Amino acid sequence: MPAFAGMTGWGRILKILYFAWLREKIGKSEEDLAVPESVRTVAGLMDWLAARGAGYGAAFADRGCVRCAVDQEFVAVDAPVAGALEVAFFPPVTGG
Amino acid sequence: MRRVLVQREDFEPGAEIARLGDGAAGGIASFVGIVRVGSDPARRVAALNLEHYPGMTEKALERIAAEAEARWALTGCTIIHRIGRLLPGENIVFVGAASAHRAAALEGCGFLIDWLKTGAPFWKAEEFEDGGREWVADNK
Repeated sequence: MPAFAGMTGWGRILKILYFAWLREKIGKSEEDLAVPESVRTVAGLMDWLAARGAGYGAAFADRGCVRCAVDQEFVAVDAPVAGALEVAFFPPVTGG
Repeated sequence: MRRVLVQREDFEPGAEIARLGDGAAGGIASFVGIVRVGSDPARRVAALNLEHYPGMTEKALERIAAEAEARWALTGCTIIHRIGRLLPGENIVFVGAASAHRAAALEGCGFLIDWLKTGAPFWKAEEFEDGGREWVADNK
């Protein structure tokens, strides 16, 4: 957590990763973003990201097809992002 | 003995099974997943592209292997999942479970492969012979 966290509305640097078609729609596999503190949950983060551009909007258009992990653990969209270092977005898994 | 690998390279199922037979095992159950051309003759799969979440995937595999070991008293457990571009006929995944008795080995192996389909962060994109490419949405 950066030293300035909590002192400004832009104090949180989050590493955000995208996999599969989310990566392709957004055009990058990961980025470090200063996320406003008003963003409190995974759902809030999706709303905030979706407004960043057309690719993001397309990636998050169908939320029912997007899954999330916070610090490499699967979570539901109402999970908090406070204190997280790494948030990943991806489609339902298709391994095996 | 636990062996968990995410790798581009192929694996040798026979060698992996042999590795699980360490004297403690009374039986070894194994499953090998293979790339197939698909069920639609009009749209044959030319290749699969598999990706994972480096770090999270390995952690998740280790955890589920430990759970299976404890639940079925496995004497050995192997999960090898390939990533990258794979052609029809190539191996994708190996799961092996060894235990003192057959039921535990078979159930442990089944549990692990079912979980790999639904709980492990891997994603598949299909390349078709017609040049198209699509992410797999419905994992069968």
